Amino acid sequence: MSKKNKAKTFENFRERNKKSGGYLLKKRIMEYGVSIARFILLFGMCFMILQPILNKISVSFMTESDLYNPIVISIPEHFTTENYRLAAELMNYKKGIVNSFVISLTIAILQIGVCTLVGYGFARFEFPLKKLWFACVILVILIPPQTISSSLHLHFKFFDILGLFKLLKGDTINLRGSVIPYYLLSAGCMGLKNGLYIYMIRQFFRNIPSDMEEAAYVDGCGTLKTFFLIMLPEAKPIITSCFLFSFVWQWTDGFYSRMFLGNTTLVSLSLSRIVDSLGAYIQRLTGVKTTISIAYSNCILATGTLMIILPLIILYLFAQRQFVESISSTGIKM
Amino acid sequence: MNKKHKLAGLQKRKAIAGYMFISPFIIGFLVFMVKPFFQSLYMSFCEVQLGSSLFKPVWQGLVNYKFAFTVDPEYNRLLVEEISRMMIYSLAIMVFSFFVALILNQNFKGRALVRAVFFLPVILSSGVILGLESNNQLMATLAQQVELSAENVSITDALENILMTAGVGTRAFETVFEIIDNIYDVAIASGIQIIIYLSGLQTIPKSMYEAAQIEGCTKWESLWKITFPMISSLFLVNWIYTVIDFCMRSDNGVIEKIQEVMIDQMNYGLASAMSWIYFVIVLAFVGITSGLISKGVYYYE
Repeated sequence: MSKKNKAKTFENFRERNKKSGGYLLKKRIMEYGVSIARFILLFGMCFMILQPILNKISVSFMTESDLYNPIVISIPEHFTTENYRLAAELMNYKKGIVNSFVISLTIAILQIGVCTLVGYGFARFEFPLKKLWFACVILVILIPPQTISSSLHLHFKFFDILGLFKLLKGDTINLRGSVIPYYLLSAGCMGLKNGLYIYMIRQFFRNIPSDMEEAAYVDGCGTLKTFFLIMLPEAKPIITSCFLFSFVWQWTDGFYSRMFLGNTTLVSLSLSRIVDSLGAYIQRLTGVKTTISIAYSNCILATGTLMIILPLIILYLFAQRQFVESISSTGIKM
Repeated sequence: MNKKHKLAGLQKRKAIAGYMFISPFIIGFLVFMVKPFFQSLYMSFCEVQLGSSLFKPVWQGLVNYKFAFTVDPEYNRLLVEEISRMMIYSLAIMVFSFFVALILNQNFKGRALVRAVFFLPVILSSGVILGLESNNQLMATLAQQVELSAENVSITDALENILMTAGVGTRAFETVFEIIDNIYDVAIASGIQIIIYLSGLQTIPKSMYEAAQIEGCTKWESLWKITFPMISSLFLVNWIYTVIDFCMRSDNGVIEKIQEVMIDQMNYGLASAMSWIYFVIVLAFVGITSGLISKGVYYYE
């Protein structure tokens, strides 16, 4: 039946093609050609992006002898999970991942909470000097944190609020090496890429029609109540995606972490030191200072990287929609 | 009189509420940005003396700047290298992400999957991971060995050789080849840009294309006459984002140099001077280029 049907449609197609003077066939071929070319192109590019991860996965299961074996390319001959154990030990993985998780989560909540307030303020209220303050937000986006980092470094080394501590204790406090400075920075919207979050959230709030808000005001709802009960639920998508960004970028961040959280065991910091710690580890075992082979340290590095991005990939798999869709819904424009 | 007063009161209340909402930003900006900003500018003209509990900048004028430009062996080279790399790569990222966004905007099977893959680099190329990937000497030597052992096998190499011997191997071509060789870096840095372009492409009404097609416009023409002007404002956004993102990447040579001077050598004055030079150059670059781009931006509304 279906075969007959197919034959019939084919016949039909030929007839229609004849009537259109060959145009239909040409168009159909064009369509298929485009989709095949597109498939090849996209497949290639996707492979290019995924290949390093796949490569790391295969390397991470190899023993050292497999690494030197020219026959072994991607499938290990001696399957081992020893690399994972070693990398976990070198990175202090259990402690690091708990620390990273707690810090990323609290920082992300703090940053996004504050940025939402600020973004709402910029989107919905008219007040004097608004343009000036918004220009400051743009400035915060544009200034590389490295420019002011040296001074911030000192700011927190000799931390003082209007000379208050010096008066009470006779000395300034050294906040370097503790976690407090970074929380203070985040509470003041000066953390990692916070200007960008403010910009995105403001853009989103501006696109929400103000009818509901006005209705709430008319019914006697206060400013704060309107914000929490009416505007926040509307802005859920953008807040979720900003939160995810904040979490992920904080998780892998090296710059702020090195500056402010130097003494805390974080996965991102221990990953950047993993090759050195491997050298120290082997030296401790053998008692002789040896240079580690390129392939082996590379293998450990790959394993460490995998272990760090694994939680992020799991998160991404669940929240992929939020990541991709919500940004397109904000309609970012200048 | 009374009415006017009341209106002013409402406006005032709104203004106060607005200030309450943005107060965290204002406080943060004043405490953590303005002061360090000017302090770092001041420090760049000073020699900073550090003791156990003292921090004393001593004014010495332009010495740090002179040192950075004339004495320091690396700084000039790094600056020129990074800025030129930034220009080339930012252009490449813009073109690549626009192209990918055009493809991803079409309808085909498995589009969600492909989008997910293209957005994955936003996670994978952030922070320390990026620095490890490209800064890793081990990786580089390994790649070199692979290249040596597989000489002339890759298509790009062969093509490069053919074109070189054919006599078109000018400098511009070399740059293009360099980008093609490093297409992975370009792809991995263009996640956000693709999303921004996609958001713009989705706001273009379908009826425009239909009208153009009925009038006899080919796809190629409608790309230049409809798509391009309609999302031209996003070129500006993306350009600024790309340049800034490139400047702040942790594997940037200048940034690494500044970090090294500041943390390892504890020379705060010199580090501030170096970062100020870099910041001013980048800001000037962004200002000039975005000024040029914004002239060509077309606003539909």
